[in-house]
Amino acid sequence: MNVRRYMLVVALMLLGGCAARPTLYSWGNYEDVIYASYLSKNDFPAEKQIAILEQDYQIARSQNKRMPPGWHAQLGYLYYEVGKTDQAQQELMTEKTEFPESTVFVDRLLHNLDKVGRVGGP
Amino acid sequence: MNISSRAYAIVVLMLALTLSGCQTVKPYDYTNFHAHPPRSILVLPPLNDSTAIEGTYGYLSTVSRPVAEHGYYVFPVAVVDQFMKANGLPTAAEMHEAPLARMAAVTGADAVLFLELKQYDSKFVLLSSVTTVEVLAKLVDTRTGTLLWAGRGLAQQDSGSSSNPLASLIAAALSQVINKKTDRAHLVSRLANANLFDPDATGLPYGPYSPKYDRLP
Repeated sequence: MNVRRYMLVVALMLLGGCAARPTLYSWGNYEDVIYASYLSKNDFPAEKQIAILEQDYQIARSQNKRMPPGWHAQLGYLYYEVGKTDQAQQELMTEKTEFPESTVFVDRLLHNLDKVGRVGGP
Repeated sequence: MNISSRAYAIVVLMLALTLSGCQTVKPYDYTNFHAHPPRSILVLPPLNDSTAIEGTYGYLSTVSRPVAEHGYYVFPVAVVDQFMKANGLPTAAEMHEAPLARMAAVTGADAVLFLELKQYDSKFVLLSSVTTVEVLAKLVDTRTGTLLWAGRGLAQQDSGSSSNPLASLIAAALSQVINKKTDRAHLVSRLANANLFDPDATGLPYGPYSPKYDRLP
């Protein structure tokens, strides 16, 4: 038996453990956008965050992949921040449809949005 | 010893080394977890015991992905943070002290993940630096207050060993978004999370959205 072939098989097995496994969701730049927004809100306003997330969404759709939990709510929150309440509402509704576990929290956000036009408000 | 049997010996040794890494760990007792298996997890900003203020959100922004990919609904961490701040809980410490019943009423979460950032820093030693991230995690059932799972994630990376394929992939992704010098500890956080959530006998069990759901950890 060829020694080189053995070594190759072992090497491939070890590498296989490191190769990207298929993920449940298309993450795009979701976490990086959150990180960047906390690092420097001035360099990274809501409009810029929305543009990146919407671009990620198009890529995910073209690959027929789901957005992760919380993603639509995050986008909805950003739309609220720039005053686009219709889109904010739509994204929050999508979060609820995609993930019923979010119902209590999202209903609370929608309620606040209706009442005072503020997602985070009391 | 001919070349072939020496190759065998090397292969066996490598396998033994790989396996031994899995054997010494004491398995976690998942009795409480299986009594109250959660569907949804509320991740609060971590208590930050490290020396880096930026660690709070540098670390928080890396937690959604591993928990969601384990099969749980993860509430949007930044929206939750903003919401709590707007509702009388301006700091992570105050969020951690809020009554569980109130958290459950406000969010509907089955469980809360309490995180404590112990280390988040880079120490410079002569020509290189060592970056360390250490985090403690507690998953608590919101209805009963039962501790469902606890773990510790520690990762260290030497600035010299920049050949980690995972870290460089992440760095590439990050640099598309951020025009600043990337934060090494933020990248090492993902390795710490892998050590926290992924290990077979001590990690977070798979949740309902995972194809591996119900498989014992």
